[in-house]
Amino acid sequence: MTAEIHKESSSKTNPKLFNVWLLNIGIVMLFAGLTSAYIVRRADGNWLDFELPSMFLYSTIIVLLSSVSLYYALRSAKQDELGGVKLGLILTIGFALAFCVTQYLGWQAMLDQGLYFVNNQSEGEKVSASFVFAISALHLLHIVGGIIFLLVTAVKAFNLEVHKKNTNLIVMCNTYWHFIGLLWVYLYLFFYFAPGF
Amino acid sequence: MSTATAHADHHLKETFISKYVFSMDHKMISKQFLITGIIMGVIGMGMSIAFRLQLAWPDTSFPILEWLFGRWAPDGKLDPGFYMGLVTIHGTIMVFYVLTAGLSGTFANLLIPLQCGARDMASPFMNMLSYWFFFLSSVVLLSSVFVETGPASGGWTIYPPLSALPKAMAGSGAGMTLWLVAIILFIASSLLGGINYISTVLNMRTKGMTMTRLPLTIWALFLTAVLGLLSFPVLLGGGLLLMFDRGFGTSFYLSDIWLNGAGALEHTGGSPILFQHLFWFLGHPEVYIIIMPALGITSEVIAVNARKPIFGYTAMVISLLGIAFLSFIVWGHHMFITGMNPMLGTAFLITTLIIAVPSAVKTFNYLATLWRGNIRFTNGMMFAIGLVSMFISGGLTGIFLGNATLDIQLHDTYFVVAHFHIVMGSAAIFGMMAGIYHWYPKMFGRLMNKPLGYLHFWMTFISAYLVFFPMHFMGLAGVPRRYYSFTLLPEYGVWMDVNVLITSAAILGGIAQLIFLYNFFSSIWFGKKSSENPWQATTLEWTTPVEHIHGNWPGEIPTVHRWAYDYSKPGYEEDFIMQTTPDDGQEEQLFETETSPSAPDKKDVPEGETVMFWALIKKWFGSARA
Repeated sequence: MTAEIHKESSSKTNPKLFNVWLLNIGIVMLFAGLTSAYIVRRADGNWLDFELPSMFLYSTIIVLLSSVSLYYALRSAKQDELGGVKLGLILTIGFALAFCVTQYLGWQAMLDQGLYFVNNQSEGEKVSASFVFAISALHLLHIVGGIIFLLVTAVKAFNLEVHKKNTNLIVMCNTYWHFIGLLWVYLYLFFYFAPGF
Repeated sequence: MSTATAHADHHLKETFISKYVFSMDHKMISKQFLITGIIMGVIGMGMSIAFRLQLAWPDTSFPILEWLFGRWAPDGKLDPGFYMGLVTIHGTIMVFYVLTAGLSGTFANLLIPLQCGARDMASPFMNMLSYWFFFLSSVVLLSSVFVETGPASGGWTIYPPLSALPKAMAGSGAGMTLWLVAIILFIASSLLGGINYISTVLNMRTKGMTMTRLPLTIWALFLTAVLGLLSFPVLLGGGLLLMFDRGFGTSFYLSDIWLNGAGALEHTGGSPILFQHLFWFLGHPEVYIIIMPALGITSEVIAVNARKPIFGYTAMVISLLGIAFLSFIVWGHHMFITGMNPMLGTAFLITTLIIAVPSAVKTFNYLATLWRGNIRFTNGMMFAIGLVSMFISGGLTGIFLGNATLDIQLHDTYFVVAHFHIVMGSAAIFGMMAGIYHWYPKMFGRLMNKPLGYLHFWMTFISAYLVFFPMHFMGLAGVPRRYYSFTLLPEYGVWMDVNVLITSAAILGGIAQLIFLYNFFSSIWFGKKSSENPWQATTLEWTTPVEHIHGNWPGEIPTVHRWAYDYSKPGYEEDFIMQTTPDDGQEEQLFETETSPSAPDKKDVPEGETVMFWALIKKWFGSARA
C-alpha cells in the first residue's frame, strides 16, 4: 500500500529517507537547546571547568571508524557484493558496542575525579558535570536507537534483502548513523573547547 | 491492476479496527484528531467555567462543583489548590491539545494529501502513531486530575522551582510528573506528525502542483510543521532536565532553596531562568504553531466565499515565512521581568514589534480580499471574518506587551490574559471553526445546519468579546492573574461586577458550544447530503468523490494547471476555475497587454462584482505609468 503511494509521488526523493533527514534536524535542535543551556548556565558563573576524560576521545575515534565501516557496507550493497554488506554491518555494530563501552568508561573516569551526575550540596559549581552526564547520556540513547536500526538492517542483509536494487534501508541507516556519529564529534569538540572560552 | 483499483480493493478488505481505530488513512486520522480535540476542548472549557464561577461568586456554594470534583470542591466551593490545578490543566489542554493537535492534526491530515494531490501521507504508519501518541498523552494528562495530590498546579508554563520540587506543594507531586510524561508523549506525537507533513508537502505533490500553486492552507500547515520540528525538541530537552531535577536530584534549575518544613534543600548551583529560556524558545513559536493554521484556513475560506482571488498571494506566503522566522528570535519578551540585560531586552523588543509587519500584511490582505467581493456569508465565512476581527483586536494589544517598559507594568495581570485569549485563543478557535464548517462536507459527506451555525457564531463572537475585552481594563488597573479570590483585597472589590459579567458571558459561550456539538454530531447522520463541490471551490480536495476511498482518487491523481485562486476570472462563464482545468494562457494576456479585451477596466467593473486587484493595480501603477 505504502509502496504504491510512493510510486505516484512527484519527487524523486524517497519520502522515508527524507523523514530521516527531518528527524535528524529535530535531533539537532534538541542538542542545540541543551548545549545552549550549557553556555547560558556557564555564563552565570559558579561553574567548574574540568578536563574531559581521554576515554571520550577514544569514543570519537571509534564512532568515526564505525562510519567508515558502514559506508563500506553501503558501497558493497550498491555493487551487489553481499558479503561486504554483511561484513560492513557486523563491523559497524561492533564499533557501536565499543562506543557504548568507552562512554561508560568515560563516565567512570569522571566519577573517579569526584564529578557526579548528582553532586553534593555546596558543590553547585559541579553542575557542569551534570550537564556532561545528561547530554552524553541522551546522545547514547540515540546511539542505542542507531544500533537497533543497524540490527534490523543486518537481519535484512543476512536474508539477502539488501542489494543493488534495494538500498533504501541501508541508505537510511547510513544517513542516521553518520549523523549521530557527527553529532558526537560536535559534542566532544564542544565539551573539549567550551572551558577555553 | 491499476494503483487506484489496488486502493479500492485494499479499502474493501479493511476491518472495523483497521478502518476506525488503527487507521492509516489520513482522512480517518484527521477525524480522530478532530473528535479527540473536541472532547479535550469540552473538558478545557468546562474547567474554565468552573474556575470562573469561583471568581464571580467567591462566597457562593455550587453543588454541581462538588458533584463534579468531589473532595476538591467541598461544600460546593473549589479548593484553592485545585483552582490552580484547573487553571494549569485548562491552559495546557487549550494550548497543546485543542489548538495544536486538535487544529493542526485535523487539518494537516485532512488537507495536505488532498490539496497537494497525494494518495496519503509520506508514512501512513507514522501518521497513525502520531494520533495514538496524542491519544495516550491526553489520557495521561487527564489522569493527573485523579491522583491524590491533584493535577499540576504551577501554571501551564511549569516554571521551576514549583515544578522541580515534588514537595513544593500538592500540585508539584504526582500530578506534575504525569504532566511531564504527557507532554513528552505529546512532543513525540507532534514530531511524528510534523515530519510527515513536511515530507508530504515537499515530496508528494501531484504533477503541476508547484510550491507557488499551493493553497495558502498548505503553506500555513507546512510552516507550522517546520516550527514544531525546530522548537518542540528544545522543550523536550528542557523537560528532560526538569525530570532529572525532580527524579534524580540534579540541580539544573534549582539553587539554594529553603523549603518550609523541609529546611535547606540539597540542590545548589542551578538556574530557574535557564528553564524559562528553554521553555519560551518553544513557547513563543508555539503561539504561531497555533495561529498559523487558522490563518491559512481563513485565507482559503475568505477567498472561496468572497469569490475573489486571495489578495497578495506572494505577500501572504512571505508574511508566513517572516512570521515563522521571527517567531524564533522573540522569546525573551516573555521574560522582560527576569532581570535581563536592558540591551538584550531592547533586542527582543525590536524583533517582537517587527512581527507586527507581516501580521498587518496578512490582515490588510484579508480585508482587501473581502473588499467588493461577492461575499457569501456561509457559516465558515462568518467564523473566518470573526478571526480577522479577533486577530486585529488581539494583535493591537500585543504591541503594548511587546514594549518592555509597558510589559513590566502589565506582566502577570489580566491584560496579558485578555491579549493572548483574543489573539491566540479566540482567533485560533474561530479559524478552527471556520475550517470545520467549511470542510465538514469533505469529512462527512454532509452539510451542517446553517441556522444553528449562525446562532453558534453570534453567541460565540459576542461571548468571546464580553469575556476578554473587559479583562484589558482589569489588567491596566493592576489586577493580577491566577488569584483564587479577590475578596481579601478591597482594592479589587470594584471589579466584582465585571467578574460576574465575564463569567456570565463565559457560560453563554459554553452554551454556544453545546449548540455546535449538537449540530456537529447530528449532522454526521442527519445533515443534508453534500455534493462533490458544495462551495464551488477550486482546490483539489473538491475533485475527490463524496464517498471516501483510501487513496483519495478512484483513477489517476489529477494534474494541476493553475494556482488555487482563480475566482471570478473575466472571460469565463463560471466564477471559479478548478486547479485541474488547463490554463489557456488568459492570465498572462491580462498582465501583458493593456488593451486585452479580458482585462477589467476600472470603469467597467460593476458594483458588487469581483475585482482582480492585482491586475488593476498593475494596470494603474505598472505598465500604464511607464
